[in-house]
Amino acid sequence: MKKMSTGNQAVALAVKESDVEVVAAYPITPQTEVVETIASMVEKNTMKCAYIRVESEHSALAACIGASASGARAFTATSSHGLLYMHEMIHWAAGARLPIVMANINRAVGPAWNIWAEHTDALSQRDTGWMQFYAATVQEVYDTVLMSYKLAEKVYLPAMVNLDGFILSHSIQPLDITDTGDFIPPIDMPHALNTDDPVTYGNLTTPADYYKFRHMIHTAMQRADKEARSIEKEFAERFGRQYGPVMEYRTDDAEIVILGMGTLARETEVAVDLLRKEGIKAGSIRIRQFRPFPKLDLDGKKVIVFDRDYSFGAGGILAQEIRMRNDVPIYNVIAGLGGQDVSYNTIADIVRKSKDEGEFWLGVD
Amino acid sequence: MLDDIPEEEYLYKGNTACAGCTAMLALRYILKAAGPNSMIVNPACCSTVCQGPYPKSAYGVPVLNIAFAAAAATADGIASAERNKGKNIIVFAGDGGTVDIGIQALSGAIERNANILYVCYDNEAYSNTGMQKSGSTPKGAITTTTPTGRKDSKKDIDFIVMAHRPVYMATASSAYPKDIYKKVQKALSIEGTKFIHIHCPCPSGWRYPTERSIELGKMAVKTGMWFLYEYEDGKIKLNPPTVAALKKPAPIDDYIKSQGRFKGANIDAIRSEVEEGIARIKEMV
Repeated sequence: MKKMSTGNQAVALAVKESDVEVVAAYPITPQTEVVETIASMVEKNTMKCAYIRVESEHSALAACIGASASGARAFTATSSHGLLYMHEMIHWAAGARLPIVMANINRAVGPAWNIWAEHTDALSQRDTGWMQFYAATVQEVYDTVLMSYKLAEKVYLPAMVNLDGFILSHSIQPLDITDTGDFIPPIDMPHALNTDDPVTYGNLTTPADYYKFRHMIHTAMQRADKEARSIEKEFAERFGRQYGPVMEYRTDDAEIVILGMGTLARETEVAVDLLRKEGIKAGSIRIRQFRPFPKLDLDGKKVIVFDRDYSFGAGGILAQEIRMRNDVPIYNVIAGLGGQDVSYNTIADIVRKSKDEGEFWLGVD
Repeated sequence: MLDDIPEEEYLYKGNTACAGCTAMLALRYILKAAGPNSMIVNPACCSTVCQGPYPKSAYGVPVLNIAFAAAAATADGIASAERNKGKNIIVFAGDGGTVDIGIQALSGAIERNANILYVCYDNEAYSNTGMQKSGSTPKGAITTTTPTGRKDSKKDIDFIVMAHRPVYMATASSAYPKDIYKKVQKALSIEGTKFIHIHCPCPSGWRYPTERSIELGKMAVKTGMWFLYEYEDGKIKLNPPTVAALKKPAPIDDYIKSQGRFKGANIDAIRSEVEEGIARIKEMV
């Protein structure tokens, strides 16, 4: 069924399609429409799940952890300060190996108060053991939530689906509400709390055992990378929409590659078309899967990385991730912080004037 | 006297509690009352440690240990899943995790009338980390963060909880295990959020000989330093030991003097605090 939908509504519809049993959430701009849409579906009985109107984001994820630990499929959504308020529980969810899926509507972090798009909120949760995906269209939001449940429940790691605040969360685009049938099987957690088999989770652990648990999360992340490919393949075969860890555009013969995440990277594809008309052999790589981080082949290409985020004292976070794995010079563009407008014209202009290496702050430098 | 309490144990020997720990005594009777169809949510507290280190557990029911501030919300998450209907979801949290850091999640859970039993075992300090002041530490008590004795008054979580109008609320004492058993059974028969606040003397923190735990627990009730009552339908009902104690409270002197934590404390100041507390509870009945 096709309809027009915002990114936020697409999240809610995908949660419904995934047969989620427990939703616990606290509203925050620009995520609010997600929880409103779910609340409305639950109260109108078009979606069957327990909906817990918690008093904080810390409790939202705590409630999801409780539900998930007892074997139920759980969901929450948040943004910015809400995500940061969850931080302790974000670690707990991954450490407890609970396949919770969360939508994070990317938003800048205060001060000063700023409700617009930025990736620093999610990227500051980089080391918590959550898988992270960044969507760029309303359809991709929907599809990524569905695939995330299947993936999370295969490797027992939680997954965060990111969408840019307002730019994607409030954009209305066509959405194919795919009936996924048996694509997502009923959840069956071997380590669910079970009164017939009393087990204690999360109690005191010696250094040796704790160390092993951490290593197991590491191997699960490696497995997640492979499982994600096989789930995307099955999704493509069944529903005709193809995704990967990165979405490449005109990269085959590209001499310049422009990398980024979310909607800004989608805008880059239009900039690539512009540059190609001028004879500049540009291509774009959109990082869709940030954790586990994908392998990239960038040798022999001029590399420009757009970061809608920043790690003070270090540089753009995405650029650092790429630098760590690829021995290539990077021209790092910091753009779009706090919702700064970055159009394809701006991107093309930056590429035309770009140097081989260095850091550039759009609108400041 | 304890004839009708089941012999089945869900708290096993070999738990790593301190000698004379009354929180474990309370838990033993809570689990006897709740039975095997129960799950425990444990925030950071002594009870997390008392289970024993992984992979062993001294608790005979499933336990989910969780971050300090998260217990009530986590329990609500378990209770809300359709698949857990009919199971007893019990939070077993210390006073720090209840009165202080966990109060927001507790408040939210009661407001939503989450179908959980929240038990606060109150040893009047952060005992797990070596006896620091909690909101529940009484006036005059020495802790490592109030080394000359607490100057201000304790936070009264019971009145805060009652202001939420929960379906059932009770206080209890580890020195009266049959009372705990009955209150837990009653609480678990009611749908919605139940809160039981259990006074639990702590020999290592309060600095008294381990064999005096029960004696001190009873003294607290007899002096009016701790009340036993139930709250239902907007009314407080005092339980018999407290009814008797309020007619003629025992002097607090022996209770204060038998604990190292009150060394050098101003007994008159503590006495007037106790008298105020007695006057307040009498007004409520």
